[in-house]
Amino acid sequence: MVKNIIDWIDARIPMTATYNRHVGQYATPKNFNFWYFFGSLALLVLVNQLLTGIWLTMNYVPTAEGAFASVEYIMRDVDYGWLLRYMHSTGASAFFFVIYMHMFRGLIYGSYQKPRELLWLFGMLIFLVLMAEAFMGYLLPWGQMSYWGAQVIISLFGAIPVIGDDLTLWIRGDYVISGATLNRFFALHVIALPLVLVVLVFLHLIALHEVGSNNPDGVEIKKNKDENGWPIDGIPFHPYYTVKDIMGVAGFLIVFCYVLFFMPEGGGYFLEKPNFEAANPMKTPEHIAPVWYFTPFYAILRAIPDKLVGVIGMGLSIAVLFLLPWLDRCKVKSIRYRSMIHKINIAQFTVSFIILGYLGVVPATPELTIAARVFTFTYFAFFVALWVYSKNEKTKEVPTRVTH
Amino acid sequence: MKKLLIALVTLLPSLAMAASGHSVHLESANVDLHDKASLERGLDSFQHYCSGCHSTQYQRYERVATDLGISNDDMRNKYMFTGAKIGDLMENAIPTPDAAKWFGAAPPDLTLVARVRGADWVFSYLKGFYLDETRPFGVNNTVFPSVGMPHVLQDLQGLATVTKDEAGNASLVKDKDGNLVTTGGKLTAEEYDQVVRDITGFLVYSAEPVQLEREALGWWVLGFLFIFFIIAYLLKKEYWKDVH
Repeated sequence: MVKNIIDWIDARIPMTATYNRHVGQYATPKNFNFWYFFGSLALLVLVNQLLTGIWLTMNYVPTAEGAFASVEYIMRDVDYGWLLRYMHSTGASAFFFVIYMHMFRGLIYGSYQKPRELLWLFGMLIFLVLMAEAFMGYLLPWGQMSYWGAQVIISLFGAIPVIGDDLTLWIRGDYVISGATLNRFFALHVIALPLVLVVLVFLHLIALHEVGSNNPDGVEIKKNKDENGWPIDGIPFHPYYTVKDIMGVAGFLIVFCYVLFFMPEGGGYFLEKPNFEAANPMKTPEHIAPVWYFTPFYAILRAIPDKLVGVIGMGLSIAVLFLLPWLDRCKVKSIRYRSMIHKINIAQFTVSFIILGYLGVVPATPELTIAARVFTFTYFAFFVALWVYSKNEKTKEVPTRVTH
Repeated sequence: MKKLLIALVTLLPSLAMAASGHSVHLESANVDLHDKASLERGLDSFQHYCSGCHSTQYQRYERVATDLGISNDDMRNKYMFTGAKIGDLMENAIPTPDAAKWFGAAPPDLTLVARVRGADWVFSYLKGFYLDETRPFGVNNTVFPSVGMPHVLQDLQGLATVTKDEAGNASLVKDKDGNLVTTGGKLTAEEYDQVVRDITGFLVYSAEPVQLEREALGWWVLGFLFIFFIIAYLLKKEYWKDVH
């Protein structure tokens, strides 16, 4: 009976073939470690954002008059509205945490290298769209930090010569941030950008399954196949990695739910304190800080004295990540078999990124501005140095099989 | 990875120190949201002393009554003065435009003040009023300089004694027991602290009425997840036995 139904469907769409290609018979390297949980976790967090977002939309009022009150209405009067809201707000921070870990994994194991350049580019586009999505979502609660944060970021476009002022006007739909801005950000946040995001995630997965997963050794498992054409170091994604990822999900949810239920404000970093005060165009908060996941790039912006150069610097700090597959000219992928200078370079890049993130949170002082300049320099120096030494890098011998 | 962490741990505190500016010392509010009697006293004080000007307009009377264990009749008779219905939002008595005209600025809504400023700030603010003839209402505040409202609780606390440094920043004078030195006021320092703690507790509750329920549910969720994690771990181990 079941077989008949499956046959009937398979004669019309390639259901079984698709399942086998992407899950049942997808050959996955058997040596995945901790870092490989974050891909599936990113998918989990995406689904969490989509579902909680739909339910929040049912009670949210996207007007300047009603937005702030409707969020408090969700927190107080909607059954389990507080849970949906905290799942969504904590989920936003979790999304960036997971994505940063996922990108770091790609960085240390060379997952962006040939033949995975397009996979990396789709991933970077996802990151870019995610930043836009988060930025627009943050305006919706219409608190003080929503309002002034958006004010600061949109005004950056004003630094662009000639068209700057018209461009900011076009983005806001008004001379100041107003209900018109809120309406369009709402539309983009709940429809346009999620659609783009889902399509990009689809392409990211298709690209991944075409070239196959990299692994901590950076060994191509497709180079060693048995007589049936199955990679010797590969195991089917299901059941091996489905059960392993379920374990990862459980571990992740313990941390996620701890934050959600016991510290939903995340110490003022996930939900900023001034955002519990309704937006007031007449009253500028003492200190405007973007949410933590933007602060490394914000610190770069602030470190550069000239506004236009600062904006370009911030844009470059993200754009340069797109070029990673071509900046790294080494043939060896994994950090395990690369030179000491590469390990040091990645370590200093990581430290620079985290310290820039910290510097973007706190108010700028002359000393801290100097620190921000130093780490902005080391941030970009990572890419330049990588391009220089990777051409003739002294690497270790890469094994032909994965280590497990 | 370890090297990274060590580098961070050694760097961060020095940066944090460089970043922190001057700030007013706040007293610890020590509120207990499980103490329903304290919250109800806080509601009582808030409604009598504060709600004339300050709304808590994001919450409803009925919800507050339910959460604090007050019957709807008691809520109506004791704590509702504006002719509102039990299911209404807790709006203030004076129209906001009038208030803005009389005080120079509209008295802010206080539903979420404990989330914006923190419980300790609210507690310290309510204790921080002192005599200052240069201000329109004759008083100023140690944690909110140039405050735009009178000391509404003056008949309870009296006025605090302050000393000023050369920059003009006021700080409160305390006796050897750590209590504020005040003039006038019908309550002792301890009694006044309790009144202020009750009000602060009520405002902490108002800022997020769900917090006790949230934490209670959180333990169940974490408990479930721990068990689920163990099962998931064992399942993974079982499947991976044959991967060599």
